[in-house]
Amino acid sequence: MLREEMGAVGLDASAVDVREVSTDADAEQEGFVGSPTIRIDGRDVQPVPDEPIGLSCRVYRLADGRISPLPDRREVRQTLLDAMKGGD
Amino acid sequence: MAQATATKVGEPAPKLELPDTTGTIHTLPAPGEAPATVVVWTCNHCPYALGWHDRIVQAARDYEARGVRFMAVNSNDAERYPGDSLDAMRERVEAESWPFPYLHDESQEAAREWSAQVTPHLYVLDADLRVRYEGAPDADHLEPGADAAWLREALDAVLAGTDPPRPATDPVGCSVKWKP
Repeated sequence: MLREEMGAVGLDASAVDVREVSTDADAEQEGFVGSPTIRIDGRDVQPVPDEPIGLSCRVYRLADGRISPLPDRREVRQTLLDAMKGGD
Repeated sequence: MAQATATKVGEPAPKLELPDTTGTIHTLPAPGEAPATVVVWTCNHCPYALGWHDRIVQAARDYEARGVRFMAVNSNDAERYPGDSLDAMRERVEAESWPFPYLHDESQEAAREWSAQVTPHLYVLDADLRVRYEGAPDADHLEPGADAAWLREALDAVLAGTDPPRPATDPVGCSVKWKP
């Protein structure tokens, strides 16, 4: 989904840096709040300031309130667009 | 996400003897005691389990009058995943008024014996405690309207004394969090 959205806004989809977070120490170091976490230029697509750090499955909320293992596609696109504006 | 294809459909269900969130020990009904029993592996922090939860709860409420028993089991390693601790399980049951017991498989032996792979992972047993359906509640964790249709279909068949038309599906969800 991330790569699709990157392609849709004219970004190079191969520029995704996939990192495996497999230990508690890695999670602590990365501020990792669950899998999958998507950061665009360091910004989480759905920031959750109170989420505990750790190796967990991440719970996202879609725009209509449904629980999902993935973020809302529109949030991903908007974060990409915001990052592109910031990079101008 | 993880998927599992192991199936024990047609075989007797393994034993189950676990405490709920109050410490009360639960076992499967005696043969003939309940016309059907649903055992579902679930947990507190998996988006698939959470997404399907209300549909499973509604099915439990809808089939209660027909004598169907439901039991939920959490086998996740609470040390590495504190959201699945016994305290967190207890808080959730109390806050959400669960209509079935939430069992704590601290040793993870039950998950191993049942070959539970993901959350949620459902098993429907008949009155003789034979596994008649194993898999997911329905086809889409994101679609509340799917209404746990595969679970209901299996229960309707078992209650009617017939074979579920779809005895096994791939259980879709987060992997059981095994202890190191």
